[in-house]
Amino acid sequence: MSAQTIAAKFRVAGEARPAWAGRPTLWGSGFRAIAVILLCAIVLFPFLIVISTSLATQDQINANGGFVIFPTEISFQAYEQIFNGGVVTRALLVSALVTITGTAISLLTTVLAAYGLSRTGSLFQKPLLTIVLLTFLFAPGIIPLYLMVKQMGLLNNYWALILPVAVNAFNLVIVRGFFMNIPKELMEAARIDGAGEWRTLFQIVAPLSKAVIAVVGLFYAVSYWNAFFSAMLYLNDSTMWPLQLVLRTYVLQSTPLVSDTLATLPPAQSIQMAIVVIAVLPIVAVYPFLQRHMSKGVLTGAVKG
Amino acid sequence: MTLLASRSDRGTASVGGPPKSPVEKPRRVSFSAKLRRDKSLIIMVLPAVVLLAAFVYIPLLGNIIAFMDYVPFIPIEQSPLVGLANFEKLFGNPAFWNALSNTLQLTFMQLVLFFPVPIALALFINSLAIPFVRRFLQSVIYLPHFLSWVIVVAFFQQILGGSGAISQVLIQNGGSGLDIMTNPDVFKILMTSQVIWKDAGWGTIIFIAALAAIDESLYESAALDGAGVWHRFWHVTLPGIRPIIVLLLILRLGEALTVGFEQVLLQRDGVGPAAAEVLDTFVYFHGVVDGDWGVGAAAGLLKGVVGLVLVLLANKAAHLLGEQGVYSK
Repeated sequence: MSAQTIAAKFRVAGEARPAWAGRPTLWGSGFRAIAVILLCAIVLFPFLIVISTSLATQDQINANGGFVIFPTEISFQAYEQIFNGGVVTRALLVSALVTITGTAISLLTTVLAAYGLSRTGSLFQKPLLTIVLLTFLFAPGIIPLYLMVKQMGLLNNYWALILPVAVNAFNLVIVRGFFMNIPKELMEAARIDGAGEWRTLFQIVAPLSKAVIAVVGLFYAVSYWNAFFSAMLYLNDSTMWPLQLVLRTYVLQSTPLVSDTLATLPPAQSIQMAIVVIAVLPIVAVYPFLQRHMSKGVLTGAVKG
Repeated sequence: MTLLASRSDRGTASVGGPPKSPVEKPRRVSFSAKLRRDKSLIIMVLPAVVLLAAFVYIPLLGNIIAFMDYVPFIPIEQSPLVGLANFEKLFGNPAFWNALSNTLQLTFMQLVLFFPVPIALALFINSLAIPFVRRFLQSVIYLPHFLSWVIVVAFFQQILGGSGAISQVLIQNGGSGLDIMTNPDVFKILMTSQVIWKDAGWGTIIFIAALAAIDESLYESAALDGAGVWHRFWHVTLPGIRPIIVLLLILRLGEALTVGFEQVLLQRDGVGPAAAEVLDTFVYFHGVVDGDWGVGAAAGLLKGVVGLVLVLLANKAAHLLGEQGVYSK
């Protein structure tokens, strides 16, 4: 960004300020600037340490006593080690698979139900909606849910990571709120043209709701990607573990990973941090999209109802 | 955000949604005609309802084992009913009271230390005049919300742990190492600061929306009447966001017994159960890990019922205070 455009932004900001608010004092502006920088530093500093340490060489990590803020010499050894086809590679694949499948199922059931419940006055709409909303008040508890999953024969099965959390009432409510704000005339017109509900949903409503579907899809994807307790509870077999659980065992509990290729072992610290980076990466990668839709007010719009 | 959604929807659900369009209103349709008309809509809802039934409502019935001497490998129907014996065992177990006490302490600490932070942050963001800076700061502080607890704890360990940044700096300067992560005395403060780091930024969304909804002309006329910054804050800003503050307080109180399950699960080994155990982890370790299913389920059921009563009471209190609450009457 050139100095000119920055200057222009500041000028616009100055003009946007209402007259009654008065001019900001030098102290006020200074304090704000420092606070903004400080807040960003608090959030971003851990990212810096983790990324730097994952890229550092053994000598550097030893010299610095376990962590590195600015690596002078970059090494991708840790990443090579991880992607060598060992535990982490497999866990990464498991996480990706569960996230993709889970998000697809969640989105489909959520969008369908949100549309089905968006027409007030339709048959059974109220009782069905109540069934969905009451889940805000009642949670079944860990043990009964575990027994249910066991009863269904889903222990040690990846479906146990997906089905119990496939429908999230909050997400459903967000999508439904968005659908209800679409002008009724559009759907009336579709019906007059002979389109059934399915066609109306997939050809008219869904394309208009791309933003909210994207956001809710990302919410689901993030929650599948981040989940570790469900895997801990339902998967006894450690070879089935998703990435977050491997992360917990290897990074937080410092239990060594069984690796098939141990030719030159890079410093454990850098491998640990490299796994953290890999677990964070997808989140940071989708974040700008999420952020763009959030700033468009998809959520606050649904929220105001 | 999720809290927001629940509010709006309970609102619409109780009122019956927006006004019906004039086309639908005058028709009086018979049940079978309605069924034919709305068949597709009902079919669309079914998958979600089936999933909720299977993983919320039917498991709710499974709480019956709180009144049973349940052991795995014997079907629930054949387990003997034992009345309130599990609850007696539970109340006689000091570990349960310890978990309850830790839970309430954490809830209280989060109400005092965490709850005001998003409000203060939102007011600060709202006071930033340059849109670009404001958006940038928002993007940055929302980010930690999307990280998993495993990663957040790993981050904290990397900075505050025994071999973390702060400890190493101390050692290199001739001091002794410092491991904040495994110190039971500061564990509750540590947990609260982790929650603040992860969710305070995300928590601002709802307050920023509320601040944006305040009528600009109120500020203008207040300023014309000579109200200074403080007066405008007290008489315009605060009343504008008070319903939201009350709503969130209620929701938090309703969840008083639910704190940081995954967070504790990840760090319990380091600090030990005396300082770290909360109700949810008690249920997990006592019920699932140690195999005392009946007592674990009793603790879970008790937590659920008390939680439900708390939500209803808190909402009642909000109505009495003249606020809208979570759902309308």
